[in-house]
Amino acid sequence: MYRYDAIDQAIIDDRAREFRDQVARRLSGELTEDQFKPLRLMNGLYLQLHAYMLRVAIPYGTLSADQLRKLAFIARRYDKGYGHFTTRTNVQFHWTKLHEAPDILDALAEAQLHAIQTSGNCIRNTTADPYAGATAEEIDDPRIWSEVIRQWSTLHPEFTYLPRKFKIAVTASAKDRTAARMHDIGLKLRRSREGELGFEVMVGGGLGRTPYLAQTIREHLPARHLLSYLTAVLRVYNRLGRRDNIYKARIKILVASLGAEAFAEQVEAEWALLDKAALDLPALELARIRTAFGVLDFENLPAQSKKLEAAKAADFGLGRFVRNNLAAHKRPGYSIVNISLKTPGEVPGDCSADQMEAIADLAETYGFGEIRVTHAQNLVLPHVKLDDVPAVYAGLKAVGLAAPNIDLASDIIACPGLDYCALANARAIPIAQAIATRFSDQAFLEKVGELKIKISGCINACGHHHIGHIGILGVDKKGEEFYQLTLGGSGAEDASLGEVLGPALAADRVVPAIDALVDAYLTERKPGERFLDTYRRTGVSVFKDAVYAEAV
Amino acid sequence: MPKLFKLQGEALVLVEDAFMALADDAAAPNAGGIIVSLSRFQADGEALLAAGLKVGVRLEVTDRVEDLAYDLACLALVAPVFPKFRDGRAYSAASLLRERYGFTGEVRAVGDVLIDQMDLMRRCGFDAFEVADTADLDAWTGALRRFRHVYQGAADRRAPAFAERAGEA
Repeated sequence: MYRYDAIDQAIIDDRAREFRDQVARRLSGELTEDQFKPLRLMNGLYLQLHAYMLRVAIPYGTLSADQLRKLAFIARRYDKGYGHFTTRTNVQFHWTKLHEAPDILDALAEAQLHAIQTSGNCIRNTTADPYAGATAEEIDDPRIWSEVIRQWSTLHPEFTYLPRKFKIAVTASAKDRTAARMHDIGLKLRRSREGELGFEVMVGGGLGRTPYLAQTIREHLPARHLLSYLTAVLRVYNRLGRRDNIYKARIKILVASLGAEAFAEQVEAEWALLDKAALDLPALELARIRTAFGVLDFENLPAQSKKLEAAKAADFGLGRFVRNNLAAHKRPGYSIVNISLKTPGEVPGDCSADQMEAIADLAETYGFGEIRVTHAQNLVLPHVKLDDVPAVYAGLKAVGLAAPNIDLASDIIACPGLDYCALANARAIPIAQAIATRFSDQAFLEKVGELKIKISGCINACGHHHIGHIGILGVDKKGEEFYQLTLGGSGAEDASLGEVLGPALAADRVVPAIDALVDAYLTERKPGERFLDTYRRTGVSVFKDAVYAEAV
Repeated sequence: MPKLFKLQGEALVLVEDAFMALADDAAAPNAGGIIVSLSRFQADGEALLAAGLKVGVRLEVTDRVEDLAYDLACLALVAPVFPKFRDGRAYSAASLLRERYGFTGEVRAVGDVLIDQMDLMRRCGFDAFEVADTADLDAWTGALRRFRHVYQGAADRRAPAFAERAGEA
């Protein structure tokens, strides 16, 4: 993975020092809370229901074993012994103290980590394919380009006070594991007919109270022009994006109001006038960044591992784990191992300091020291020898992290909800726990197959309910927590927004409703169909009847 | 009363403001410098310049830099406004003035101009800062170079990291 040079290190060190000064000025009263708020937000510090929450950036979801150990240290020293991985592939500590935040940033900087621009109306952490560098599907390694974006967007003088937050995703495979079309900009690496590397540029996606899928404004941008083109998009947005209403300030609203074509014309006009030679990264620097990621020393191995096959035959649980949590690696004899942070009954995305350290050890021993974070709030060991999978499984099992449920019904995305968040209308975590517990029968879980359930505690949609196969939105009905169901959403390459099923349900009716939906699917499905496929074929009525029939 | 800090080379200095803000309906002075709105400039600009005044234009966030493009050569100063420090449109205005139109006069930050945004302003081409009269020059000077390196090329022509790495800086 990318290693900082002295310049990268100096920039985060300087940032940590700057924030220490700003905190001191806030504590002394020199800065008002109004003046301090954007500064702390741009250093990841939120004020929540019970305490300050610190959101640490995991740049494009890539962590080293040492970095994960540092997060474990922070969880133990400054929090209650755990951290929470988010749908933005960041990690949050929910119980930090303002006066300790500068010390935490210093500790992070020692491990080449930071909290820069994890909040605020600026360019946020880039999302990249968690299988980057490990999957055979990719056109190029999205991490290279994500690091290019990280550097360009860090403390960008022109784009630090945008109308609203701004999120970019980079994907390079036919299968989209980044939810690219839900980002302000989705970049899809592709080759032109002539073989030139470039990006399909999609703009204007986002969830929240008015969800939109990003639309393509350029089919093929030559990769070398990435930064000048991003500058053009951001400049048009910075100048024209609405600032009078926080709910209409995202670029999605600008793109929707102008129309994608007219927006694209503005971008192209701006881009034509930009000094591309000054803005685009020189080829030499791109090569340096590529080199700074290093080359992994893969062994030449047979495609099948006798050791793993034998172990699977002897251990039913390992077989399940392999079936559900492994993905194909580009090298024979290796695999991508997904670690579910969705053990039924636990809080989705939570990870204790002990678990972090155990994962770091496994990554170091068996996986080139690399860990990835996914937007589904899970972790990945991207390069594990098939021979080593039994040992990795055993290691995960020992710390309660071997749940074999990736992309299955209990692999639920949930925001922190009313348990932590000042914005929430309803709790999300207990609902996720109840559904996951309902699916604790592994045979049934696997029979149902791929089913992405996503829960948001309010309309801001941090739990991505719009793009759940089943989405669940917490709403407030006269002071009571109710839940509105949406069906048919997807954040993957077949992206779509879910449709509302019907009136919101009381909390105790959510699990029965999920049961009814799943039963309807099992009745209706044709061979090979996922829940989403069946829904798209049959339409909403069978599902609606299943949930609301009893009430009629 | 606000006061004016101005960049002179690498140093920030307190200067006398040689310009006065002129309301749209106010009579122009006989001599000296004035700052007018874009609409006043568009109506009276030629006459004001012909009278020998030094003219600056205050650029509100909804004003377009492009509308000044042909007049910049005659202007002594452009003052993009920060109605709130969180409103970042003036950063783009300043960048365009310097980079696209090659404006070499004073680009003055006015409005809600605070110490923690000064370095960004400077990078975008601002070289004068209208600040509260309580602003401390030493503190502002200390905030000039909080960062030893920068990643992006910008209007200040500071060598970005990639140029430093290539040994060009």
